[in-house]
Amino acid sequence: MIRLEQASRTFTRASGEPVYALKGLDLEIRKGETLALLGPSGCGKTTTLRLINRLIEPSSGRIVVGGEDTAGLDPVRLRRRMGYVVQSGGLFPHLTVARNVGLLCEIEGWRRPEVDQRVNELLALVHLPPAEFRDRHPGELSGGQRQRVGVARALALDPEILLMDEPFGALDPITRTELQREFLELEKLVAKTVVLVSHDLDEAFLLGDRVALLSEGELVQLGTPDALRSAPATPWVERFLSGRAQ
Amino acid sequence: MRSAADDDAVAFRVGTGLHHGRWLFVRAFVACVHFVCVAPLRPETPRRLHLSFVRVVVAFVIFVFVMPLPASARQDARLVIGSKNFTESRILGEIMALLIEAHTEIEVDHRSGLGGTLVCFTAIERGEIDLYPEYTGTAWSIILNETDRIDDRLRAFLHVQSRFRERYDLEWLPPFGLNNSYALAMREEQAAALDVRTISDLIPHAASLRAGFSIEFVNRDDGWLGLGPFYGLAFAGVRAMEHGLAYEAIAGGAIDVIDAYTTDGKLLRYPLRVLEDDRGFFPPYNAAPVLRGETLRAHPELGALFERLAFRLPDRVMIELNHAVEERGRDFREVARGFLVAEGLIDADEALDVDPGAGRDGVVAFMLGRWDDTLRLGWRHLQLSLAAVLLAVLVAVPLGIAVARHRVAERIALGAAGIVQTIPSLALLAFMIAIPGLGLSVRSAIVALFLYAVLPILRNTHTGLRSISPELLDAAVGIGLTPRQILFRVQLPLATRTIMAGVRTATVISIGVATLAAFIGAGGLGEPIVTGLYLNDTRLILSGAIPAAILAVVADALLGRLEVWLTPRGVQADV
Ligand SMILES: Nc1ncnc2c1ncn2[C@@H]1O[C@H](COP(=O)(O)OP(=O)(O)OP(=O)(O)O)[C@@H](O)[C@H]1O
Ligand SMILES: [Mg+2]
Repeated sequence: MIRLEQASRTFTRASGEPVYALKGLDLEIRKGETLALLGPSGCGKTTTLRLINRLIEPSSGRIVVGGEDTAGLDPVRLRRRMGYVVQSGGLFPHLTVARNVGLLCEIEGWRRPEVDQRVNELLALVHLPPAEFRDRHPGELSGGQRQRVGVARALALDPEILLMDEPFGALDPITRTELQREFLELEKLVAKTVVLVSHDLDEAFLLGDRVALLSEGELVQLGTPDALRSAPATPWVERFLSGRAQ
Repeated sequence: MRSAADDDAVAFRVGTGLHHGRWLFVRAFVACVHFVCVAPLRPETPRRLHLSFVRVVVAFVIFVFVMPLPASARQDARLVIGSKNFTESRILGEIMALLIEAHTEIEVDHRSGLGGTLVCFTAIERGEIDLYPEYTGTAWSIILNETDRIDDRLRAFLHVQSRFRERYDLEWLPPFGLNNSYALAMREEQAAALDVRTISDLIPHAASLRAGFSIEFVNRDDGWLGLGPFYGLAFAGVRAMEHGLAYEAIAGGAIDVIDAYTTDGKLLRYPLRVLEDDRGFFPPYNAAPVLRGETLRAHPELGALFERLAFRLPDRVMIELNHAVEERGRDFREVARGFLVAEGLIDADEALDVDPGAGRDGVVAFMLGRWDDTLRLGWRHLQLSLAAVLLAVLVAVPLGIAVARHRVAERIALGAAGIVQTIPSLALLAFMIAIPGLGLSVRSAIVALFLYAVLPILRNTHTGLRSISPELLDAAVGIGLTPRQILFRVQLPLATRTIMAGVRTATVISIGVATLAAFIGAGGLGEPIVTGLYLNDTRLILSGAIPAAILAVVADALLGRLEVWLTPRGVQADV
């Protein structure tokens, strides 16, 4: 579904010296799976995710989505094929919950009743009763509710792919656990290809069908949670998984 | 008195060619307004509200631009007289106007109260006015920038006359006779007791006399700075004080010598003796009509006409006329007519069209008596301010959006707008009238006000856009919005509140500065304020200042409501 081939990305420091955020990453994400990108802070997780929807461009290498090199695609069309969920939801504070969720449908020219119906479906899917939440503004929601709306918005155009950057990172432990459980249920329902960034071991292992462990811009190990646990590829992986490497 | 605004309104309706052009202009404007103000609101505003908003904007544009807004002071078939913003200049203007009206077929328009020498001179040079009273000393030092001293009146006159003719094709007609220069004055009884008639006579007594000079006089080379050393005068004390107060102070005996203008009407109120400048220190300030050469060639009869006025207004007469207006509250035109009739220059039976209600009512009664004037001036004031703000919105909002993406452009735009803000209003107005196509007209005032209004709107647009969190914009890009959709659906709605605050500030500033439009004859509530200031008539000042203040407060409140209405609900709570 998504393939990164020798993808590298450098950033230039203020001093002019280049830094590698990603070094020749090869990674394939299969259709329908949830891949968790895991690793310590600054290892290149977010960079990987943003390369996929072209929020940043690779310095070298290529990214293939559905068999097409993304460099040749219109970035806006590409992004509408992928839901994007960020920490705290990234909702527009001036729009109601319904308008936030339905915004892309509206822009795509859907008719009003269709938009309304889709919004109601999506809100129900993320456990927010539409009658109660449609007309609220993001400022009138709890953190968990905001995150749910963010997920609903990402699903609006029924994309094949969902990109999530630490979606539950800003939540308290109880809410986080609740949302993680809901996410698993939701995944069963909608069966999207998901790339999920996390720096939390438990979360990655709970939600990921496979986990890609990154360190300093390089892929260290890729496999199912069981494979990683039973056969750590390097001593560093072993230490990282036992919570001692940072 | 016929109002300039009415004439302009007629002229405007008659000028059908112009009319057509203006309609195109209006339609272009509506399109811009729609683009800037309405489009971004569409997603947030229900259909019906949206439509009514368009209507409000369209109505507003039409209100400002299609209602009688004079294109220019200039009307070809008539002669425009200008005068400066003080009593004497205006009286001289009225005298010239009445004289021409009585003896020729030429239609005359008097634009009184222009903001000083710079404005008058620029206006006549550009042909915005044809005639105005000027002083030789002013022309010598301020217009011709001559630096050497001159004490000979005739030489000064002949010099400015020939220079004006060569350089500007402007003609100095024979002088009125008065010399409005500086002088020193003393209480009559003290001067008599000390037997002081001239400044030289003061020298032996100076050490026991206290002087109170106007602030301006104290610091001028052609004032006290030069005078003291020139005559070798050293007073017991020299105090700088407000000129009006100096008269009270000398009358009360707190000081003994003041500076005065030789034609000041106040010289009649207090028993003062003006001391002769026996050694000719003060430069001559002989007043004379200055006429465009072109106008003189078109109407050669004006030359002979002004011959008849020559030297009919010596200092003594001018003092009386100034006194009649300033101290006795009489109307300019009435005073001018009285003089011309007494001199046999016009017939006494020509109809008197004197302003009624010049009595001494209380402020409220006075203002109610001027209700029609106030409405007319207030309307014009509103037109000026709102036109300027509307223009500024149309320029500053898109500019703010454009430069918010570009660090260097942003610095340049904000810097330039900031610099404009530091230019004194009057200087900016004077500068405007020198620009071809603007001239001594409402357009100059609007452009000047517009320049002031740009900064607050530009700055707030910029701040409003910049204060949107980068994470939010990142999310907007990430979910697949185009830059245009982000601008109209995210950035502008979120910045609306800040932008509207800028518009409010700009409006209040504009309404305030618009009072200065009177200095270039563009009307507005500044008219009674300016007149009141030089007449020292508080009621007149208040009759302009109070409505202007009310206008500002009401506009601010209404825009506050509009701001709340336009601000999306989700962002209202947090600022
Ligand atoms: N715009 C940028 N300019 C310069 N350096 C950057 C930029 N974006 C990322 N980097 C650098 O690239 C590296 C990878 O960053 P990235 O955001 O992908 O990390 P991450 O794995 O998401 O970390 P975290 O868990 O803290 O979010 C970091 O060293 C970061 O400092
Ligand atoms: Mg990150």
